[in-house]
Amino acid sequence: MELTGAEILVRSLKEEGVKHLFGYPGGAVLHIYDALYQQEDIKHVLVRHEQAATHAADGYARSTGKAGVALVTSGPGATNAVTGIATAYMDSIPMVVITGQVFTNMIGNDAFQEVDSIGITRPCVKHNFLVKEVADLAETIKKAFYIATTGRPGPVVIDLPKDVTANKAEFNYPKTIKMRSYSPVEMGDAGEIKRAVAMMLSAKRPIFYTGGGVVLGRGAAELTELVQQLNYPITNTLMGLGAYPATDKQFLGMLGMHGTYEANMTMHHCDVLIAIGARFDDRVTGNIEKFCPHARIIHVDIDPSSISKNVKVDVPIVGSVTNVLQEMIAMLKKGGKKPDEQAIGEWWQQITAWRAADCLKYDTESDKVKPQQVVEALYRETNGDAYVTSDVGQHQMWAAQYYKFDKPYRWINSGGLGTMGFGLPAAMGVQFAHPDATVACVTGEGSIQMCIQELSTCLQYGLPIKIIALNNRYLGMVRQWQEFFYDGRYAMSYMDALPDFVKLAESYGHVGMRIDNPADVDGAMEEAMKLKDRLVFMDFVTDSEENVYPMIPAGAGLNEMILV
Amino acid sequence: MENEAGALSRVAGLFSARGYNIESLTVAPTEDASMSRMTIVTSGSEDIIVQITKQLNKLIDVVKLVNLSEAEHIEREMALIKVKAVGEAREEYKRLADIFNGRIIDVTEASYTIELTDSGEKIVEFIAAINADQIIEIVRSGVSGIARGEKSLHS
Repeated sequence: MELTGAEILVRSLKEEGVKHLFGYPGGAVLHIYDALYQQEDIKHVLVRHEQAATHAADGYARSTGKAGVALVTSGPGATNAVTGIATAYMDSIPMVVITGQVFTNMIGNDAFQEVDSIGITRPCVKHNFLVKEVADLAETIKKAFYIATTGRPGPVVIDLPKDVTANKAEFNYPKTIKMRSYSPVEMGDAGEIKRAVAMMLSAKRPIFYTGGGVVLGRGAAELTELVQQLNYPITNTLMGLGAYPATDKQFLGMLGMHGTYEANMTMHHCDVLIAIGARFDDRVTGNIEKFCPHARIIHVDIDPSSISKNVKVDVPIVGSVTNVLQEMIAMLKKGGKKPDEQAIGEWWQQITAWRAADCLKYDTESDKVKPQQVVEALYRETNGDAYVTSDVGQHQMWAAQYYKFDKPYRWINSGGLGTMGFGLPAAMGVQFAHPDATVACVTGEGSIQMCIQELSTCLQYGLPIKIIALNNRYLGMVRQWQEFFYDGRYAMSYMDALPDFVKLAESYGHVGMRIDNPADVDGAMEEAMKLKDRLVFMDFVTDSEENVYPMIPAGAGLNEMILV
Repeated sequence: MENEAGALSRVAGLFSARGYNIESLTVAPTEDASMSRMTIVTSGSEDIIVQITKQLNKLIDVVKLVNLSEAEHIEREMALIKVKAVGEAREEYKRLADIFNGRIIDVTEASYTIELTDSGEKIVEFIAAINADQIIEIVRSGVSGIARGEKSLHS
């Protein structure tokens, strides 16, 4: 039987197991919305701005490991979605975004609501497709999901002209797909893995440095096994938090610009660096000339272009992290060799001394609410088991530093692109994927206003997200840099004319709370978490000039931190 | 690479987005109509060339990538050079074209158009041999390259 393109799209999404679709209708996608209306398997979530559709799909993907799906109309629908697509691209998040397009015979004619979506999204997608023939649609969707979810994941855009969604073709969804130009590597090179294991065992001052690739590659269990088998220290990047239990004694905290003293010092002085699913980002390495001066480096990554891009490595291993880690574990067991126990013991003594600096300490006697205190209260009240999304800036760093993630998929933030406005819509995606879980959005009064309209979506679908706003009346990270590097000239970083967030939340039908006394923080948190079926907007009026420490200034090495 | 609309822009976009040089780029269909072949001339340190190779391989439309300069290969480029040709110069350009194995493919009372297919260096030499103010227009095709011997992109 022949189906319309719109019906083929909906049927194909079902075949891919899609349960939720985040979107916003418009002229070019009306046939698709009509097809969605006539079925019940896929739930469409109506956001209030297309940027939120892509962030919600992204949050869905980050918390499940499955591809998130968004649907937007042509022209402004597509351009509004671009920020969310670029956000997913920078963090390698599997996502399929369907953009409507004008009729094929109108393309290039400056038609109403026409943009070159393929051209605009090309630099921020893993791949994109313009479907011109309805007969190609099913196979294109299959390819899109295959590309988005395999290898180094990423967003894929399908641009769908309106006439293609109306035209008819036989529906045959391909069971499998093979592409001559795309076949991601799975297994690592056995010889290189052997070299890596030998180098790991020869280490006197080793450290594991692992990133988002371990989360995306579902390698957390294997990583934990390997690290504990060796008794080596481990640090995670911002994107890698949760891939190794943060409460374990071998975990040194996050590294990099706002990493812990012990993580950065251990990195700087190590003799063997084992990098897994991490990409030597500039926020991690600091000054590249001063990065890990004594280290031989092993680097495992599924993307060959990540290897030796910023830092030259000694043992490159291209492959899926899970497969490579399993190989390493097996080789260690079979080989029977053990690490140099005495050297590792001395190394741990040194690390313990660095830890004693207690770099995350803060003033707990203050009469102002300290942002760190709020995150710690959130951690305690949720037993460390919440899904935590964040926006971008100081609050993001405090969430990363003070919420100890023991499991992967729990920490949802825009690491690479640093997109303000990400937190709330991402939390919506997470809540749809995990309806019974506690989802907290740690945000600031600046970031939350970038997608505040989604409070309306949250009401419509009864999403009981807990918004933890660290309201310091400043664009805090900008202000911190201005304090440190611009002699305190706070250009445009003061957030004037703020709304009354309590009333704002209430006007959207939610619960609002304002907390400005440190003594009230724990009680308020407890009260908010008890409201299981309500969105609670917690407006914490925090110390306006608190800074994020430690901090590595631009141009400095990992051993040159500013401490409190 | 796949002979898809937009494949060329993916390659060109990659070079501009990552700040790599493109000295020339030629692209045309191959013996297999579903694929086209692109010859790119670029420059950079060894590390940069390695990165360019990896990044190009990452493009979904790229089927196979070979760095021709790693082995014996042939490079050819075509140039069409239109010169002012009056009086004695007419004989002179004919001789010059012969020396360089070029052909005069269009003649008017006042001009010649000379076709030359050779390595880039030879074309540069030929152009240098002509007085600059006698040149009306030059069009160059960019380089096409192929491995020497029986080796091919299929092997």
